[in-house]
Amino acid sequence: MTTDVRPLPPTLSSVVRAGTPVAETAPVKIDVRNLNFYYGQKRALDGISMAIHANRVTAFIGPSGCGKSTFLRTLNRMNDIIPGARVDGSVTIDGHDAYGSGVDVVSLRRQVGMVFQKSNPFPKSIFENVAYGLRINNLTRSKAEMAERVEESLRAAAIWDEVKDRLHESALALSGGQQQRLCIARALAIRPDILLMDEPASALDPIATQRIEELVYDLKKAYTIVIVTHNMQQAARVSDYTAFFWLGRLVEYGRTDRIFTAPAEKLTEDYVTGRCG
Amino acid sequence: MAVSLGPNASSAGRRRADLLFQAVALVVLAVALGALAVLVGTVWRDGANRLDWQFLTSFPSRRAESAGIYHAIVGSLYVIALTAAMALPVGVAAATYLEEYGGRSRLARFIELNIANLAAVPSIIYGLLGLGLFVRTMAMGRSVLAGAATLALLALPVVILSTREALRTVPSSIREGSYALGATKWQTIWHQVLPMAVPGILTGLILALSRAIGETAPLITIGALTYIPFAPDSIWSAFTVLPIQIFNWVSRPQAAFKDNAAAGILVLLALLLTMNAIAIVLRDRYQRKGRP
Repeated sequence: MTTDVRPLPPTLSSVVRAGTPVAETAPVKIDVRNLNFYYGQKRALDGISMAIHANRVTAFIGPSGCGKSTFLRTLNRMNDIIPGARVDGSVTIDGHDAYGSGVDVVSLRRQVGMVFQKSNPFPKSIFENVAYGLRINNLTRSKAEMAERVEESLRAAAIWDEVKDRLHESALALSGGQQQRLCIARALAIRPDILLMDEPASALDPIATQRIEELVYDLKKAYTIVIVTHNMQQAARVSDYTAFFWLGRLVEYGRTDRIFTAPAEKLTEDYVTGRCG
Repeated sequence: MAVSLGPNASSAGRRRADLLFQAVALVVLAVALGALAVLVGTVWRDGANRLDWQFLTSFPSRRAESAGIYHAIVGSLYVIALTAAMALPVGVAAATYLEEYGGRSRLARFIELNIANLAAVPSIIYGLLGLGLFVRTMAMGRSVLAGAATLALLALPVVILSTREALRTVPSSIREGSYALGATKWQTIWHQVLPMAVPGILTGLILALSRAIGETAPLITIGALTYIPFAPDSIWSAFTVLPIQIFNWVSRPQAAFKDNAAAGILVLLALLLTMNAIAIVLRDRYQRKGRP
C-alpha cells in the first residue's frame, strides 16, 4: 500500500482520486488502522489509517489543531499520561500491537524515540543529558562504554565538534539549535528503531533549521523517521512521504512529490499552495 | 485625532490615586518595620551586656549572673535536627504521592483537605497529641525524640504543601523528555522531578523548622519545662529548648533573670537568622546547578 485515501465527507471533497502507485521496497514499520483519539468527550482524531515505511521520512502537515501532533504522540503512547485521553483502533509496530494488553509502555518508548517541539534538555551537564537514557535503561556495562555511546550519539546528531570540550558544562548554556540537536542525540543514545519529531525546528533560525534537516536526511539510513511540521517547504525538502491532516482526519497520504505536485484532494491542493489553513 | 502627550484631567486624577496608594503602602511598611526595630532594640538594650561567652557556655543556675543557656542551645539544635530528619522524608514522600500518584482520586482529595486543615491547627493540640501518643503510648518519655516527633508533626503540613507546590513548578516538558527515553514514572520523579524541586522543598522545610524552633507550647505540654542542668547527649535524654528557657526566666520575679531572657531571645534570633541564611545559600546553589 503506497497511498491510502480516506473516504471524506461531501463537504471536504466530492471527487476522490487514487494517487499514482509507486513501487515501494521498504517494508511497513508502523501500521495504523482506524485510529480514533478522544480528549474526554472531544474526538481529536477520526478514523486514521496509514502505513509508515521503514527507513523513510514521513512528514505530517496540516494547520494548527488538526491532530498531527496528537497522532504522532499516539505512536509512542505519550498521550497515556494525559488524564482523560482515550484511544481506539490499532497501532501495529513491526507486527506487535502497541496498545495490546501486556505491552510494556516503557519498552515501547525506548524503541520509539521522540524529539519535542521545544527543546527540553534536562538541567544537567551535556554528558549527563545523553547518558540519562543509557543509565535508566541499564544499557551500558562500563564507564568507558558509556562515554563511547555518548560520543557516538553526539556525533550522530552532528553536535560533537561543538561540545566535545565542554561535555561537563550545563546543557542549558547551549544555543537553541544546539539544545535541539542535543535532544536528538539524547534520543539516539538508546538506539531506538523509530524517531518521532514534533516540529523539531519550529523554534530555530534558518541556519539551525538547515542543520536539523540535513541531520534528518542522514538519520533515515538507520531510523524510521516521522516528523510533524508546520513548514511545507520543510516537508517537501526532507520527507519521502507526506500525510495531510485536517480537523482530526487524514485527508491525503502519499509520496511527497505527488502530494505537492499532483494532490488528489482539492483541500490538499488548497493547503499546499497556501490558499487555506 | 492628533497625539497629545501633555497632562489632561483624567490622567492627573489617576496619577494622584497612584501616588496616594504608594504613600499608604510606604506608611504600612514603616509601621511594620518600626515595630520590629523597637522590639529588637528593647531586647538588645536589656540583653546585650549579658551576652558573653560565660552565658553561652553555662548551665542554668539559681543565681542570674552565673546562669547560662548552653543546655538550651544544644537542646534546640538537637531537637530541630531530629525534626528535620523526620519531617523531610515523610513530608516529601507524602507530597510526591499526592502530587504524582494520588491523582484526583477521592482518597487523595480527602487527604489533601485534611492536610490543609492540619496546617491551621493550634500548636498546643500537637503538644497534647505528642503527650498522648509519643510520651505515653509509645513510651518515649520526656525525651528529645518525643519532642522532635511532636514538632515533626507540626512541621509536616507545611513541608507537604510547599513540596507539592515545588513539584508543580517542574515543567511538563522535562517529564515528557524523561518518559520519551523509556524512563518509568519513578525514575522520572527520582532523577528529574525531585532534583528540580529541591530549592522549593528546602525553602518550605526551613520555613517549617523556623516555626518549630520558636515553638514553646507543644514542648511544655510534653514536659520539657523541667529544670535541666545538663545538655542532652542522646535521643532519650530529657531536654529543654531556647524558647522554654526564655519563658522560664521571664516568669522569675528577679529583674536580673529578665536580662537573661533578653539575651536568650537574642541567641534565638541569631539561630533563626543563621538557619534562614543557610536556606537561602542552599537554594541558590541548587538553583544555579545545571544552569549557566
